[in-house]
Amino acid sequence: MIKDDFPYFSNSKITYLDNGATTQKPQRVIDSVVKYYSEYCANTHRGSYKDGNLATLNYEDTRDFVRSFINANSSREIIFTKGVTEGINMVASSFVKENFKTVIISSLEHHSNIVPWHNLGYKKGNGLEVVRFNNNLEFDLSHFEELLKKNPGAFVSVTHVSNVFGIVHPIKKITELTHKYGGKVLIDGAQSLSRINIDVKEIDADFFVFSSHKSYGPTGVGVLYIKESNIKSFKLYQTGGAVIDRVTYDDSTFLDSPLCFEAGTQNIAGVIGFKSALEYIKSISYEVIQKHEKYLLELLHKGLGEIDDVLLYTHSNLVGGNLSFNIKDITPIDLGLLLDKQGVAVRAGHHCAMPIMEELGIDGTVRVSLGIYNDKEDIENFLAKLKRAVSILKD
Amino acid sequence: MINERVKKIIDDLEMFDEDIDKYEYIVDIGKNAPDLEENLKKDEFLVHGCTSKVWLIPQLIDGKLNFKADSNSVIVKGLVTILVSIFQNLYIDDILNFNNTELEKLNLTEIISPTRQNGVYHMLNKIRHYAEVYKEGV
Repeated sequence: MIKDDFPYFSNSKITYLDNGATTQKPQRVIDSVVKYYSEYCANTHRGSYKDGNLATLNYEDTRDFVRSFINANSSREIIFTKGVTEGINMVASSFVKENFKTVIISSLEHHSNIVPWHNLGYKKGNGLEVVRFNNNLEFDLSHFEELLKKNPGAFVSVTHVSNVFGIVHPIKKITELTHKYGGKVLIDGAQSLSRINIDVKEIDADFFVFSSHKSYGPTGVGVLYIKESNIKSFKLYQTGGAVIDRVTYDDSTFLDSPLCFEAGTQNIAGVIGFKSALEYIKSISYEVIQKHEKYLLELLHKGLGEIDDVLLYTHSNLVGGNLSFNIKDITPIDLGLLLDKQGVAVRAGHHCAMPIMEELGIDGTVRVSLGIYNDKEDIENFLAKLKRAVSILKD
Repeated sequence: MINERVKKIIDDLEMFDEDIDKYEYIVDIGKNAPDLEENLKKDEFLVHGCTSKVWLIPQLIDGKLNFKADSNSVIVKGLVTILVSIFQNLYIDDILNFNNTELEKLNLTEIISPTRQNGVYHMLNKIRHYAEVYKEGV
């Protein structure tokens, strides 16, 4: 039982189906965080003594592990951040701002890939373009190409897997087309790292961002992958300690990437714990994860299909891990609340993706978001509790 | 008087052993509560901070505050109807002097936690805000 690897499930009876928001942590991740704090807690890249060196070694070891995990060329390309939100904000401020007239996003973006652009003055029709979706919410590649033709040299920032609907975007095709028209691409892997093998060379992304906590690692840690050829043009985001080569009152000179992009003391325990999370994913294997997730999604679709008035927004074969639905004439928040009262944790609402909700003319959805440990019993329990909630809420 | 009203609601809610039964009761309250006339569903009456839409409309009648409320969520409508039944037709000072922490005795997580999306916390603030505004105006 995979659940046995996660202490949360010994302590909680909740049927946890909100993995798109955050995942539970396996014992080995918790152990590595505790080990750092209790056995060799010291700052990294500073004091040259036993524990400081060990902390630095393990921190940098995670960087190298991440590099190999996503098949990056060099550790210089791996920057630790707080998470996807910080990663996107960094790219927006340090690379896109002033250098790109147009930013292109998909219709299925999380607010973290919309608001940073607004904040820099890219507004829809005035620097910000949104790719339309086809039936079933699929990314409209022909509209995308139209936008690229109209805006050569654009910056494209799209999610790999939609946090609301689970739609998997054709990122390989997206990067190919972007490069064909002289642009650069950022891929938001917040929802994909836990379920899809990421090979940044194969994807050929200029930037790839992800968060540790959505992939069984600690909160407050993320990674920004910067393709080597973009590092030179990437401006410093924050400055301070740990990023400098030499400082006088007149001026400062800076270290190279990655350290120049990691000002201040980092989330050392979190970074070290993240390596354990990636090792855990590797030990299970993406093949097993995907096969199991497909099986659960089929159960879910089948079960939902047996409930009257269920509104689904896409096909099960297009999605990875996240599934959104509504039930006619019932607000999603009410469903979420009554599921909560029966011990089932799902997300209900707009999922930090208000524009797509508006476009679909809905207030929100109920989202079931799967994790590595969810099983058939979880889905059956969810469906039974959903039926009870619906019977209470229907007139 | 408010305390008696709160006590009555506590007694009603304590009849239920299971949370889900309690909420079924709240849903029934929401279903049976009158709908607000469409022309009263104005932005100025919206309770901010709630994920669902909640309208709370005050009216001063003979020195006492009265409220009408509605929501697009039937559970939230049930909750706001309960709150309105507590604060209905009271003198402004009675509302302002009431210690909202008393409502924690209702044992509804939506009331205890300020971060819940159903925003009962924000509804209570709105009721208090109305009372303060009317007090200044009196």
